[in-house]
Amino acid sequence: MMKTWQAGRRLLLMTAALGLILAGCGREDLSVLRPQGPAAESSFALMKLSITIMIVVLLIVFSISAYVWIRFRRKPGQQEIPKQVEGSFKLEVLWTVIPLILVIILAVPTVKAVFAAGNDHSDDKDAIQVKVTGHQYWWEFEYTDYGVTTAQDLVIPAGKDIAFELSTKDVLHSFWVPSLSGKMDTNPDGTVNRFSFSAPNEGVYRGKCAELCGPSHGFMEFKVKSVSEAAFEDWLASMKAPESVLPEDPVLAEKFKSQCLTCHAVGSMPASSVAPNLTGIGSRESVAGILLNDDTRVDGAPVEENLKTWLHDPQSVKPGNTMPNPKDLGLTDEEIDGIAEYLAGYTLD
Amino acid sequence: MDWITTVDHKKIAILYLWAGGIFFGIGGLEAILIRIQLIKPMNTFLDAQTFNELITMHGTTMIFLGVMPVIFALMNAVIPLQIGARDVAFPFLNALGFWTFLFGGILLNLSWVMGGAPDAGWTAYTPLSSTSYSATHGVDFYTIGLQIAGLGTLIGGINFLATIITMRAPGMSFMRMPMFAWATFITSAIILFAFPAITVGLVLLTFDRILEAKFFDVAGGGNPVLWQHIFWIFGHPEVYILILPAFGVISEVIPTFSRKRLFGYSSMVFATILIAFLGFMVWAHHMFTTGLGPVANALFSVSTMLIAIPTGIKIFNWLFTMWGGQVRFTTPNLFAAGFIPTFTMGGVTGVMLASAPADFQFHDTYFVVAHFHYVIVGGLVLGLFAGLHYWWPKMFGRMLSERLGKWTFWTFIIGFHLTFFVQHFLGLMGMQRRVFTYLPNQQFDTLNLVSTVGAMLMGVGMIIFLANIFLTSRRPLDAADDPWEDGRTLEWTIPSPPPEYNFKQTPLVRGLDAFWKEKMAGHKGMTPSEPVGPIHMPSATILPFLMSVGIFIAGLGFMFSRDEFGSDIMSFLFNNYIVTALGLLITFGSMLLRSLIDDHGWHIEPEELEGR
Repeated sequence: MMKTWQAGRRLLLMTAALGLILAGCGREDLSVLRPQGPAAESSFALMKLSITIMIVVLLIVFSISAYVWIRFRRKPGQQEIPKQVEGSFKLEVLWTVIPLILVIILAVPTVKAVFAAGNDHSDDKDAIQVKVTGHQYWWEFEYTDYGVTTAQDLVIPAGKDIAFELSTKDVLHSFWVPSLSGKMDTNPDGTVNRFSFSAPNEGVYRGKCAELCGPSHGFMEFKVKSVSEAAFEDWLASMKAPESVLPEDPVLAEKFKSQCLTCHAVGSMPASSVAPNLTGIGSRESVAGILLNDDTRVDGAPVEENLKTWLHDPQSVKPGNTMPNPKDLGLTDEEIDGIAEYLAGYTLD
Repeated sequence: MDWITTVDHKKIAILYLWAGGIFFGIGGLEAILIRIQLIKPMNTFLDAQTFNELITMHGTTMIFLGVMPVIFALMNAVIPLQIGARDVAFPFLNALGFWTFLFGGILLNLSWVMGGAPDAGWTAYTPLSSTSYSATHGVDFYTIGLQIAGLGTLIGGINFLATIITMRAPGMSFMRMPMFAWATFITSAIILFAFPAITVGLVLLTFDRILEAKFFDVAGGGNPVLWQHIFWIFGHPEVYILILPAFGVISEVIPTFSRKRLFGYSSMVFATILIAFLGFMVWAHHMFTTGLGPVANALFSVSTMLIAIPTGIKIFNWLFTMWGGQVRFTTPNLFAAGFIPTFTMGGVTGVMLASAPADFQFHDTYFVVAHFHYVIVGGLVLGLFAGLHYWWPKMFGRMLSERLGKWTFWTFIIGFHLTFFVQHFLGLMGMQRRVFTYLPNQQFDTLNLVSTVGAMLMGVGMIIFLANIFLTSRRPLDAADDPWEDGRTLEWTIPSPPPEYNFKQTPLVRGLDAFWKEKMAGHKGMTPSEPVGPIHMPSATILPFLMSVGIFIAGLGFMFSRDEFGSDIMSFLFNNYIVTALGLLITFGSMLLRSLIDDHGWHIEPEELEGR
């Protein structure tokens, strides 16, 4: 009994040490190994437990291997025939029972966590309901309780449970914010998935699509912005502000209306989910999910520059996306730059 | 010509080996291109579409056209010899199986030059693999090519089942059968039950694409998740179709080079059966993030973890086979020794993946890529290398160079661990799989570089292996009957390479490790169970080749049946299914001939056997 307890303590110690080592791996806003929310932490706890058990198993297998390779190497001149052993009932039972125990140790918390993860908060009044729709290759976020729709940046209040309803408009995608939670597929109507997570700490987290969805699958990224409750309310309010800001230049405004707003929406202007909603695009973390907006230029470029890059040739940024090249729509370089400037200036308070 | 008409299992083994080897090389080149593209962030070496075609073809080629045929090569070369048979049960079908595999493989690879390779991943998830999102003929090549190749696998599997059940030498009960024969037997049983699932899936997908059916289309009342179920009901057992033969090889190589009988033979047999059985009940662990709900996820989690138990039994039995033995590190045994820890590493990450809530994080990341390459390359390919080096003298009558073999081993295994070990961390740090490039500053850069360097080193290992084969083939036949000196099973009792009829007299088996038992009793060879007499041999025939050509033509005809061609004649031929009909006519015509022509084969007379 004493021995079992000691082994258990060793396992715990190793788990803790392993946690420390693994926690050094990767970016805080991206790595599975640096969980920033309860959902990711629950996965991480299971991972630590399973890695610990598996390392113990590996150490045993490695040591026995090394021992037999060295100890039982055939020596020069060795001719006698080794004893032909049929097997050993005791030993074979031993290595049937030990793995069984290890499996049970892992299976119990696994089953617990599976059912805990099944709690999706879809009927929780305190939770923020968000409908996530995957598109080739962008993400649409609809806040059903507030009548607000946005794209690419998911803004959430820190600490609150967010209840997601996931689906796709085209092929399968998988919604994944590694540092906040495991992934969940977006399936077509009829097989809509629900799950939830929360982000206790304010910050920006990187999200990805994890299911092969076409050429730009690797570029189907998004950001989760966890902000204070007050900032979230402000954001909702400015998203709901009725007037739609259009370019000041009337000619440009007309072009924007006739060419861009047939697919995109800004503010209350024709709502359409063919393409990302552009309301307040100047305040977003990135353009097209991958061109990071950064005025200090350490990790990207200023938003206006990114918008120009995107608008001048969307295909070269995200191959296979469905946005027509603005030039093919009859826009001149100056007009494109003008629209980029306008969009960059279209920020939320 | 001799090679096109042969029905001899040993020649078919060599055909499988060459064809499989060439496809393996193509798959390897695809892998190298993939790794070059990923060597640094935002690389522009390949474009996104080409990259997706490469990953799809790499996976498909390696699994269906690379490793499976090499497995079949070993089975064909060894199984009849190990059980003391003169051929497989149905030599004609054996040839047919090879040719359908080859023509299916050729059809699939034609996609590179005929307007776009498949690009929806080797799993071909719908709707991405539907015509709406994959408009080229790529996925048609996938569905029809794999259908034809799969036919060959199914035929081969049934053939081995029949062979092992009915053609064992006198005295060889099931519990005296070598482990590789057991592995082949169980593998064939899995093929028999798993391949019909993929056959159905591919038919449905073909119908969706070519005949506009709606099996997987929500708008038409279908369901895309259905494809995932069908695919993985086949796909998971497929993993065991791949790994069990490798287990079989290791169970032959380790005892031979430890000079000890396999530890816990009967528990090995039962572990193999148990793995096969459990393998059919765990498919949904590939689908934890699909949204099956907690009950299904919990059940499939636990059932998947259970597979660790029989697998663990095997690992420890191998280790204890060496315990107390005299271990000799020849090239085959080096690969077998490398197999044990490497495969164990792949196995334990498998248990980690089985934990559904943790899998929500692992799924579709480089962690999974690392895991299955540890199992398939670190397990199966190391096992195949062990087997090829081990049986090469028996198959070709020449010993491979030990020095080059050791170089192959070290470059390959070091390259392997370099490539795939770091990928575990890439996945955990947030890199999803199947991405054609990645943004900089995510701490992915160095690990990807290391991985690419490792892949190159594996390539070097393969080149050394090819050089070894080439140099060896120029030397005279030098292999003894029992070249490793400690051979335990029947294949080592006959000349290398074996004569066309394998055994002049069918041997009498008196126990497990029949040959070893005779050697220990002080005998030079096996006791025959029959007097020398005329041996009945099947006739060579070109019909299997023709049947496969026919299916191949029919497949192409069907695939292009809705295309607009520039020329009227072409459009007429294809759009009216005339090409399809012609192909089927060739196939069914050959079948008719096969039924009508009464071919009793021929005999090798005793005088000839005595060398007169």
